[in-house]
Amino acid sequence: MFETVLVAGRGEIARRVIRTLRRLKIRSIAVHSEADAGLPFVSEADDAVLLGPADPAQSYLDADRLIEAARRSGAQAIHPCYGFLSESAAFAERVALESLIWIGPSASAMRSMADKVAARRMMAAAGVPVAAGTDEPVLDVDAALAAASRLGYPLMVKASAGGGGVGMGAVHDDASMRTVFVSAQSRAERLYGSSDILLERYLAGARHVEVQILGLNDGRVLPLGDRDCSVQRRHQKIAEETPSPAVGPQLRARLFDAAVRAGTAVGYVNAGTVECLVQPGSDEFVFLEMNTRLQVEHPVTELVTGIDLVEEQLRIADGQDPTFGADPPPPSGHALELRIYAEDPIRFLPGPGTISRYAEPSGEGIRVDAGYQDGNVVTPFYDPLLAKLCVWAPDRAAALARAAAAVGEFVVEGPKVNLAFFSRLLADPAFASGDYDTGLVARMAEDYKAVTGKAR
Amino acid sequence: MAPSGDMEERRVAEEIRAEMVANVWKVVAAPGDTVAAGETLVILESMKMEIPVLTEAGGHLVELAVNEGDVVQEGDLIARLD
Repeated sequence: MFETVLVAGRGEIARRVIRTLRRLKIRSIAVHSEADAGLPFVSEADDAVLLGPADPAQSYLDADRLIEAARRSGAQAIHPCYGFLSESAAFAERVALESLIWIGPSASAMRSMADKVAARRMMAAAGVPVAAGTDEPVLDVDAALAAASRLGYPLMVKASAGGGGVGMGAVHDDASMRTVFVSAQSRAERLYGSSDILLERYLAGARHVEVQILGLNDGRVLPLGDRDCSVQRRHQKIAEETPSPAVGPQLRARLFDAAVRAGTAVGYVNAGTVECLVQPGSDEFVFLEMNTRLQVEHPVTELVTGIDLVEEQLRIADGQDPTFGADPPPPSGHALELRIYAEDPIRFLPGPGTISRYAEPSGEGIRVDAGYQDGNVVTPFYDPLLAKLCVWAPDRAAALARAAAAVGEFVVEGPKVNLAFFSRLLADPAFASGDYDTGLVARMAEDYKAVTGKAR
Repeated sequence: MAPSGDMEERRVAEEIRAEMVANVWKVVAAPGDTVAAGETLVILESMKMEIPVLTEAGGHLVELAVNEGDVVQEGDLIARLD
């Protein structure tokens, strides 16, 4: 096993990876920007290297500085966490060229999934269902309007090189296509350096269900479980649970089969996630995207399986077998993750600030992965995730009750925080029933407006 | 984004202030513009999120206090409408 691993992330995920490294007696090297010097992931690592200023381009996204940090610290491997360079095939390739180990899939598997247009074609060929959409990149508004007249509305406008819901927009007619296409394209260019756009059938009221896979060195791809990520604001997840209350045994078997096909088609080795949309009122689903890295919401799978996914990632990258035998342990119980963000609980607008008081809930079935502690400054430079409140219980009702109590105990003062949203979510009849979809948060906002007479 | 000015009966200049620490990503409007209610004046960026700063009421944009690339603190003046 590796002696020293460089952790190329920040906040809660870097801290979480470092925790596993320490348990396995592997030396951990944190890298950080000037703005993050006071955060727990820096002090908890065995060693820390300052990369540069707060601007990610001069710190967490600077490949040269990361490689240099790995060299100087004697690291044999790099764990990419999520975000930043974690899905950069070019960086994964560079790491290999520098004779370092990339704790993740091959650069070629990453590249296959990075371009959504190409990934769609490859998935369809592998027998994975895909939504109706464009098979070539859409380059301008006229082409988009022509494609829309062929496909029909509603459609989702996506950056082909994007992911995670950033810069996406649903369009219902030519007028909204004109506006959304232009803004999506400018964002795509700015964020991903490619203005290629993909149009796909927009499934209103769909559920977002994903499958955690683990590709082994012997070529097998194992499904470890599903996660329901339908609680979203701005097309981005804020709460996840496993197992999905919308998925029965037959649908689960088909989702797992599709995920294994997707992973196998690209020769996937290490941990990854195949995201799908399940159509409302039916057991049909389509491929959404594959995330070639550890997901933010991986802890819920860990809570029901007892697997440490970071440990499995390390073992696989080191050429070893997983910790379990022939088959992964079957999941037991129900787990929930709530993303505690530095943003207000109604409009979800970010609010950085200094944490003046911080107290985590604890107890049976409670796990908190936090990036901050008392006195830390939440800066405006990075995403607003403060902590993940994860809860396990023998069944869903008990998990929701345990989560509600834990939300009530969680204290964050200083920055804005969305804890109050989760109190409303856990009390919401649709969420409590398990019968909800990606429109839930927007409907909750409407209800809130109707009850309180205010939108903010 | 703007203070609502509920207490004022007379129509006075409307000041639009930043609600959070943010970078000014894009300036959309220009001084002298006549803007409608709900129109985007500038787009801020904080914590990887784009936040459009909208007018609450329509009017005449007399001052735009920020430039692209500026950092604004909570409460900083962004624009003044007449």
